[in-house]
Amino acid sequence: MAYWEPIRQIDEAHLVKPGSSLREVTDEIARVTENRAPRGWWICFLIASSFAGIFVLCVAYLFWRGIGVWGNTSPDFWAWDITNFVWWVGIGHAGTLISAILFIFRQKWRTAINRFAEAMTIFAVICALIFPAIHVGRPWLLFYVFPIPNQMTLWPNFKSPLLWDVFAVSTYFTVSLLFWFTGLIPDLATLRDRSTNKWRQRIYGFLALGWRGSHRHWQNYERAYLILAAISTPLVLSVHSVVSMDFATSVIPGWHTTIFPPYFVAGAIFSGFAMVETVLLIARSVFKLHRVVLMRHLELMNKFLLATSLLVGYSYAMEFFIAWYSGNQYEMAYFLKFRPTGPYWWAWAWMIGCNVAVPQLYWFKRLRTSIPVMFVVSIFINIGMWFERFVIIVTSINNDFLPSSWGYFRPTIIDVGIFTGTIGVFFTLFLLFMRWLPMVAIAEVKGTMAQADPHHEGDEGSHEVAKVDPSAGGLLPEGAE
Amino acid sequence: METTKARKTKRAPTAILAEFHTAHDLLHAAEKVRDAGYSKWDSHTPFPVHGMDKAMGLKDSRVGWIVLAFALTGLTGAFVMMHWMNGVDYPTIVGDKPPGAPFWTGQPGTMPSMVPIMFELTILLSAFGAVLGMLHLNGLPRHNHPAFESERFKLCSDDRFFISIEAEDPKFDVEKTRALLEGTHPAHLEVIEEEVS
Repeated sequence: MAYWEPIRQIDEAHLVKPGSSLREVTDEIARVTENRAPRGWWICFLIASSFAGIFVLCVAYLFWRGIGVWGNTSPDFWAWDITNFVWWVGIGHAGTLISAILFIFRQKWRTAINRFAEAMTIFAVICALIFPAIHVGRPWLLFYVFPIPNQMTLWPNFKSPLLWDVFAVSTYFTVSLLFWFTGLIPDLATLRDRSTNKWRQRIYGFLALGWRGSHRHWQNYERAYLILAAISTPLVLSVHSVVSMDFATSVIPGWHTTIFPPYFVAGAIFSGFAMVETVLLIARSVFKLHRVVLMRHLELMNKFLLATSLLVGYSYAMEFFIAWYSGNQYEMAYFLKFRPTGPYWWAWAWMIGCNVAVPQLYWFKRLRTSIPVMFVVSIFINIGMWFERFVIIVTSINNDFLPSSWGYFRPTIIDVGIFTGTIGVFFTLFLLFMRWLPMVAIAEVKGTMAQADPHHEGDEGSHEVAKVDPSAGGLLPEGAE
Repeated sequence: METTKARKTKRAPTAILAEFHTAHDLLHAAEKVRDAGYSKWDSHTPFPVHGMDKAMGLKDSRVGWIVLAFALTGLTGAFVMMHWMNGVDYPTIVGDKPPGAPFWTGQPGTMPSMVPIMFELTILLSAFGAVLGMLHLNGLPRHNHPAFESERFKLCSDDRFFISIEAEDPKFDVEKTRALLEGTHPAHLEVIEEEVS
């Protein structure tokens, strides 16, 4: 089984309804960028950009007054800022997972959602990078984190996990962007060739770099894509591991845990898939992509969510067990007392409820193939994963070694404005992407169709239709038009 | 004045473009062109058609070697940067680790703390190597290819398959090349001409 083998030989069903023509696929995907935006797009865009506006105002106020406008105070010096950073980075992991790891495992169904998920990665990492940048207090000195000569002739301390994080997240952003752009090149050429307007032709033409579908080019292109997927696979696992080391290499009980790297990676994939699903369901109904994003793909994503939920649940259980088994009084105090019954018991309950209990619904086929159920569950998982980071960060420093300095973190309106603002920034960027770029990889979808197999001679299409099991109704459009 | 006008309108063939409706037809046509011994020719498809490497007689892609060079640069560059900055130029002792002790001295040095950044920079440079190497080997960006002169060629990114044989090929001869491509039963055949000065 090799990556160039036709889809039929690896026993996977076709992505698009058998009998569809290549042109139908081009039309279906490219028309979204060519037709006028549907009203649903404008409604979503206005809401999202309003929140983005709130974000800009809150950050301006933050820069004007300083980080005292946040609720962070002794002993909670890290609170929503780092929670939001880890949450967004985690969300950003599904994109590369879908585009790289599923590519290496020849999971061709990924083609329906990979462009989408990659875009989501990029926008989520942009939102993530905002938080460390604005939480430094003196943002004009942010360049100290980069190894560039400065007026004090000091270099960064490379033994600090925070600096590893700078390299990990910025590498992740750059590689994701390159991966995304490489995938876009052939599709930008499609948009260029279809454009009837001079400006569209110029802009898409410029970005397509003169792509002409040459096979000599495809050969290098496919190899480069495979290599990008191969190097992104360890990268995606490393990024959240490095993020977890911000905590794990410290000596704070509740953070100083060897299970953190795999635990964080599982949580990142879990939350990322949930966010992909939320956004995908919105896009699918706004742009009527029911023929490309099938129920079968959504069901596979739900199975994936169930599996990663179990991994996350296992990590929680293991943390408890190790805390108890270590016999360390501080570890036991955090895991067995402060988290479940302390001042933030409600955040802990949200974390367990949303991340471990709610996804268990997906054991039932009726629930995991229901659009309203999966929309609600995906949002619950997003909430639960935010609370997971909040619990890890705030409860561990809230009750520190000196009981006289115990505190209670309360967010301010600026905290709330900046956090909800980044959600607005994320969706604004996402809606612009959906409107102006092909949100499904056109060339890749064509590559999975019967016509892509050079041994297919056209008349075989009728056999294909006969072979489809009508009870697996997912292959048929669900009242899309 | 007259001569320049005549020169301006003089046209010469730059490529012949044969259009096919299926990947199957394209593959068999490519085999014929390969066997006829052409070198400056290409097939154009809306998606990578598998089996074309063999049908066109192409060698394996060289992108991997470029990536390897970039990856090794990233790996060693990261080590040299961190060792020089924290160990030589401005020794920084953190966690009681001797800053100047490289890993081969056997002392508990700073090597383990360098692993994450060495890894990240290896990946970062490999990714640039893959993308820039691919573009370099493909001669992209290039927005002025003769094939773009054809209106029908726009369908290449939609659902049509093309073979182009360029006039620069030493074996190129308008009549003979055209006859060869006609023998592959294309859906459409076009000689692309450009103004020459």
